[in-house]
Amino acid sequence: MKISLLYFGRPRERLNTSSEIADVPDNVSTLAELLDWLRKRGDNWAQELADNRVRCALNQEITDLSACISEKDEVAIFSSISGG
Amino acid sequence: MDISIQTEDFDLAAELVALRKNSHQIGALVSFIGLVRDFSGDEKIENIHLEHYPGMSEKALEKIIAEANARWNLLGVRVIHRIGTLHPGEQIVLVATAAQHRGDAFAACEFIIDYLKTAAPFWKREQTTQGIKWLNTKDSDMQRMERWDAHQITRQGDMQ
Repeated sequence: MKISLLYFGRPRERLNTSSEIADVPDNVSTLAELLDWLRKRGDNWAQELADNRVRCALNQEITDLSACISEKDEVAIFSSISGG
Repeated sequence: MDISIQTEDFDLAAELVALRKNSHQIGALVSFIGLVRDFSGDEKIENIHLEHYPGMSEKALEKIIAEANARWNLLGVRVIHRIGTLHPGEQIVLVATAAQHRGDAFAACEFIIDYLKTAAPFWKREQTTQGIKWLNTKDSDMQRMERWDAHQITRQGDMQ
């Protein structure tokens, strides 16, 4: 399953990644599982994408991590928002 | 256009003239400008860097403005949010509201900036003399937003 991933804020800077198309295994069906899968990329990923450090948006709506993902979704992963 | 996300600075006077040109029913214009402070706790700020989520940030601001229009009688709204690197004293954000009466204009302006702080996808990184820090949503900002939710404050204009 191909998912478009975007990174903003601290994870974008610390992981030196702003976007990618990820080929996600079939057993990954929720945002929480997607984060679990990404955390296996290494210590830096595990640390930066810890549940208490990031939030997600699914197709440009901030969403709970229990939300299901599907082919061609756009998932954004970011640190706490702080505009204004 | 109600919403602009831009690196360039903005001119408050010109924005208000443009906003009030829309209608001669407007009796009240309220504006809020957020500025870059030169301190963060005990640290001195050299600059801040703002980034946003193109596409989603415009949609989130549109949704906030639509919610403000549903709660109050507004005759115009203008939001400008700057991105990129900004220095102390520079303007970051403008929220301006126009209404027949000041109650609606004041309340909607405050509502929009409170919501923007907690629901619009912008990220702020401070460069202080001590190093770099990504800012979190402040608890005080969350509380201000929750206050609007809890009270479902609507027609303050009715109080006039």
